[in-house]
Amino acid sequence: MAQRLKEVDVVVLGVGFVGSIVAKELAAGGLKVVGLERGDPRDTVPDFQGPYVHDELRFAIRKALMQDNTREAVTFRNNAGQTALPVRRWESFLPGTGLGGAGVHWNGQTYRFQAADFILRSHVEERYGKGFADPELSIQDWGVTYADLEPHFDRFEYLLGTSGKAGNLNGKIVEGGDPFEAPRARDYPTPPMKEHYAGAIFRKAANGLGYHPYPQPSSNLSQPYTNPEGLQLNTCVFCGFCERFACEHYAKSSPQTVILPVLLKNPNFELRTGCQVQRINLDSTGKKATGVTYIDAAGREFEQPASLVISALFSFNNVRMLLLSGIGTPFDPATNKGVVGRNYAYQTMSSAQAFFDESVNINPFMASGASGTMINDFAGDSFDHAPHGFIGGSYIGAINTNGRPIEYHPVPPGTPKWGKGWKEAVARHYNHTVSMTIHGSSMPRRANYLDLDPTYKDAWGQPLLRMTFDFPQNDLKMAQFVTNKAVEIGNAMGAKVVAGSPRKGPYTVTQYQTTHNTGGTVMGADPQTSVVNPYLQCWDVPNVFVIGASNFAHNASWNPTGTIGALVYWAIDALKSKYLKAPGALVQA
Amino acid sequence: MAKLSRRSFLKAAGSASVLPGVIGAAGIGTAAEAEVSNKTGKAAAATSGPAFFTPNEAAFIEAACARLIPLDELWPGAVEAGVPNYLDKQLGGAWGAGERLYRSGPWQAGTPSQGYQLPFTPAELFRNALRGVEADLKAQGKVFKNLSGDDQDAYLKSLEAGGKDLNGVPSELFFQILLGMTVEGYFSDPAYGGNKDMAAWKMIGFPGAYASYYDLVDQHGVRIARAPMSIADAPPMEHMHQGPDIPAKL
Repeated sequence: MAQRLKEVDVVVLGVGFVGSIVAKELAAGGLKVVGLERGDPRDTVPDFQGPYVHDELRFAIRKALMQDNTREAVTFRNNAGQTALPVRRWESFLPGTGLGGAGVHWNGQTYRFQAADFILRSHVEERYGKGFADPELSIQDWGVTYADLEPHFDRFEYLLGTSGKAGNLNGKIVEGGDPFEAPRARDYPTPPMKEHYAGAIFRKAANGLGYHPYPQPSSNLSQPYTNPEGLQLNTCVFCGFCERFACEHYAKSSPQTVILPVLLKNPNFELRTGCQVQRINLDSTGKKATGVTYIDAAGREFEQPASLVISALFSFNNVRMLLLSGIGTPFDPATNKGVVGRNYAYQTMSSAQAFFDESVNINPFMASGASGTMINDFAGDSFDHAPHGFIGGSYIGAINTNGRPIEYHPVPPGTPKWGKGWKEAVARHYNHTVSMTIHGSSMPRRANYLDLDPTYKDAWGQPLLRMTFDFPQNDLKMAQFVTNKAVEIGNAMGAKVVAGSPRKGPYTVTQYQTTHNTGGTVMGADPQTSVVNPYLQCWDVPNVFVIGASNFAHNASWNPTGTIGALVYWAIDALKSKYLKAPGALVQA
Repeated sequence: MAKLSRRSFLKAAGSASVLPGVIGAAGIGTAAEAEVSNKTGKAAAATSGPAFFTPNEAAFIEAACARLIPLDELWPGAVEAGVPNYLDKQLGGAWGAGERLYRSGPWQAGTPSQGYQLPFTPAELFRNALRGVEADLKAQGKVFKNLSGDDQDAYLKSLEAGGKDLNGVPSELFFQILLGMTVEGYFSDPAYGGNKDMAAWKMIGFPGAYASYYDLVDQHGVRIARAPMSIADAPPMEHMHQGPDIPAKL
């Protein structure tokens, strides 16, 4: 029997980037806020301190900071004709857990999506005509525009202190930045990171080919910075232990470094860790949430009543929370009806490697999570797609995040998989290779979706989330096209051998690609094709807001965190200026 | 970076773990372990022999490791680096027992895209597969460690090619896991019992677990000459910075 707790104004599910920012703003406004986090409390000191934090085996290979999949996994199949089976080990994507969420172990690669992304269907139809996009793609407009979000992108970047170089200041193209970016009102808060050797080689080759190389925007900082919350960040030292690791230097922007110290000081906020939320509770009408039920680390069940519920979970868990709570109609690909779980998308990752002479010391281990030089010439809608028959694109970059050798020991094609030849090739090429990331968009289609698994359960007896996904032909075509461009750049670098690996189907959960899983609680102006309205408020239950990458109607060519950050502040703005003044639906269905 | 000569390497490698194929089971958990332990004083406690592998299993593992990453004139192979010891520790510990492995049924074979779907923990998988390997070799009248290097390679390739059922473990799966864990042990921090003397890191020029490259990252092409550093060697945090409201030192 659940113990009923005293009602609060707001309960926030998940205390990662989204949850800590929302909670901070609402608690500062005087509301009583409880944050429920399933994982452990943790902070830079003492939890992220060395030297043990630099353990590749423990953190990068065994994935010590990731969601405990012995308790909560995901099931997967490529298509609805197959039986989904549990992802028994995390490989393709690595969901985080614990205070600060994936914001603790992200790389800090911080982008804005292009203006065209937020109006994708309208834009594609206008530029290329109505029949251009493959009809299987369920692309749509997001119900919000880049212009709406610009101040919120800005606010998030200044919270993080992001290091970069503007390419478009209020419509004026700036040399050295990304000329394809949407206009920004002001430059990045801190200048770009130092450029490593791989980046410099890439820059020279890309310039020679007439492309537009620019420094990857980084939330591992180029210089000390004090953010608007009064919190200080240090200069990144390029230690090469960033993604999958926590930062001991206060150099990576994470909830712990940019917002939690302020939130945790506010007496209006209470953090509860080890709390596994089972469901959002609804009243008898099914149109109003009354709070949530959770189970604590010792197995005790509680009901936490609240006037407002904010689901700030990783994309999978936002979707699953709504499905477990009976909020919104689950998507059914057979009828194309329903919305929850619809438009699940991922990222279409390819790569290319350029193998150099032994005199060229690349030193791949001198890296931050976001030190790289890249181009957007073939990303998003930077280029004319009319001759190519696909939409979307990829950025290409010499984005060298580490030289940790269990995972990183590149060898040229044709190298034996083991034995003397393998060993010699590893020794020969480790320090003389430039690896290029080809980071591609992922378009939604009817056959790709999320729902509850009929068979497999979590440790609390609740159904796991089931993923049905394979790459659309559109995205595979795109991956081949952009990989060819990367190979041309590799050749222009003067490499001896260049090997391109365009992403091929079928999608497999056995290879790491990214943890940029998006969609499933898509935002939009039409309740027939979206779960939340443009303010990220549930159409069906107006006192529930759902915020995160699950709101993306498709996934664009860039890493998602910058856009998630913009959506958070956009939603907070609506909560503060509209919802809290007159609780109820902000948009009439 | 000073490359070890064969002569100095053989000296450094110590007693038992020199020549592939003639190493007894007692080699696991002894030489490599003691060396790391002596050097750093912080590595895990030494053991007197394999804690997980039976003598026959250990003999196969050591001989197989010696072929997967062989000793050459410049650098130690997997055996000299202590990889069998690493495997023994991993399989005898939490990883072997199924740490971070979702283990609820029902069990059914999936597509290759769906990844590992067997009920075995890593320890169970090795145990069953090694029993299967022994039976398979016995039926052919062979003992793996007594085969020539070429014949050992041929047998490993037959496992890699697949098609053999090793007590419920497909041989190609066992081979991939054995190879993957061998590479892990070769390159992981010596604190785990492999990568003895950080030789694998020296081989590729990886400076190890800990460094600040702020001053070097834009000195393009610079060659790092210093010896690598393991977790156990690293000094107390020298890069600890003052955080807001937080003391600078633990």
